[in-house]
Amino acid sequence: MVNHLLPETLEEALEALARKQHLLFAGGTDLMVQKRAWAGLPRNFEHPVLFTSRIAKLNFIEKRSDHLAVGATCSLEMMLEYPDTPDLFKTIIGEMASPGIRNHATLAGNIANASPAGDTLVGLYLYDATIVLKSLRGERLVPIADFITGVRKIDLAQDEMITEIRIPHQDFTHIDYVKVGPRKADAISKIAFAGAAKTNDLTVSDIRAAFGAVFKTVLRSPATEAMLKGMRIADIKADLASICEAYARLLQPIDDQRSNKEYRKAVAINLLARFIKSL
Amino acid sequence: MAKIEFTLNGEVRQVDIDPTIRLLDYLREDLDLTGTKEGCGEGECGACSVLFDAEVANSCLVPMGNVAGHDIVTIEYFSRTERYRILEKAFLEQGAVQCGFCTPGMIIAAESLLRKKPKPSDAEIKIGLSGNLCRCTGYNMIIAAIRQAAKEGEGLW
Repeated sequence: MVNHLLPETLEEALEALARKQHLLFAGGTDLMVQKRAWAGLPRNFEHPVLFTSRIAKLNFIEKRSDHLAVGATCSLEMMLEYPDTPDLFKTIIGEMASPGIRNHATLAGNIANASPAGDTLVGLYLYDATIVLKSLRGERLVPIADFITGVRKIDLAQDEMITEIRIPHQDFTHIDYVKVGPRKADAISKIAFAGAAKTNDLTVSDIRAAFGAVFKTVLRSPATEAMLKGMRIADIKADLASICEAYARLLQPIDDQRSNKEYRKAVAINLLARFIKSL
Repeated sequence: MAKIEFTLNGEVRQVDIDPTIRLLDYLREDLDLTGTKEGCGEGECGACSVLFDAEVANSCLVPMGNVAGHDIVTIEYFSRTERYRILEKAFLEQGAVQCGFCTPGMIIAAESLLRKKPKPSDAEIKIGLSGNLCRCTGYNMIIAAIRQAAKEGEGLW
């Protein structure tokens, strides 16, 4: 008999993880579909399930001095309604799934799912979010770009769990987000783009671009961003073609049931160009 | 198996059940509460909507493990309320029901929306219904029905 667990404290959960491999389960809005079974039958998970929903300590969202902290069981709807959630995340979550799903789905789950099309991921990459992992051995803080290592692959040891996500405060002057999907609600992205910049008068002091669903993970180019920092806005716009080319070389979209490579690459680059022109 | 205690339609229940079983299956198969429908089984259609702590949830995506300690209301119990009667009248008068398969889910989504926003704009109604598919009406009559219910039921939500 499989022994699924519903711990009420973090300590209890971490002890169970240290003993044995479990499948960490928060809202379950993706896992229940991935492991779909016939009506009336239990889902076929490969490991005993550890439900995190009863761990009250993880159900929080809190603005701190230099970041927004989102607990691992905080629902996306709670994040959407929280006054200090950055506008970019409100936009992303507002276009994500549907109210019924958002009431259960979590940011931690979207991260752990590590889909290249994960909606919140472009925002988390753009903001340089940090993932807080806990185990009986201690705590690790891992940047989102290091935590997600590939398609559905994450840097999480058997005895660790995500306890919170930290989204640093940013003072961007420009923010852009576009999700291209087949339907407004309940859609998986064909392409997602998020751009942010900080400009003063004529120059750009910070500029970032994150692409979803066109690479094995969300893609940012630190080298290109570093090159653009400090440049005059007019010069960046004059250089638009070569910037687009630099990004086009990095994107590696795939053909699948949702879209194809050519369309994904063309639209992703068009969205980048649109963002740069808007500066 | 796990012991799960929760409230369903106003009654406290304790069940010993595999916690990965869907709430939808528990309602339909174990309790014969078949007002909650299974449409797509993957969260895209909203036919399986129930109230989870008074807010809309897709019961096809909620395992019994996540029901522990919470309050679930299905269309059967909600249909005893005055708010339901207002919604029912509005749905009938606006022609918002054709085949009827999506209707329990639509009513649950409408209740969840009106509790949060008793005077919703059309845009807010559309967001509130964005997780519920209807293949008959084209939605306009459902939106009109919710607009009518908000007006006629003023003060109830």
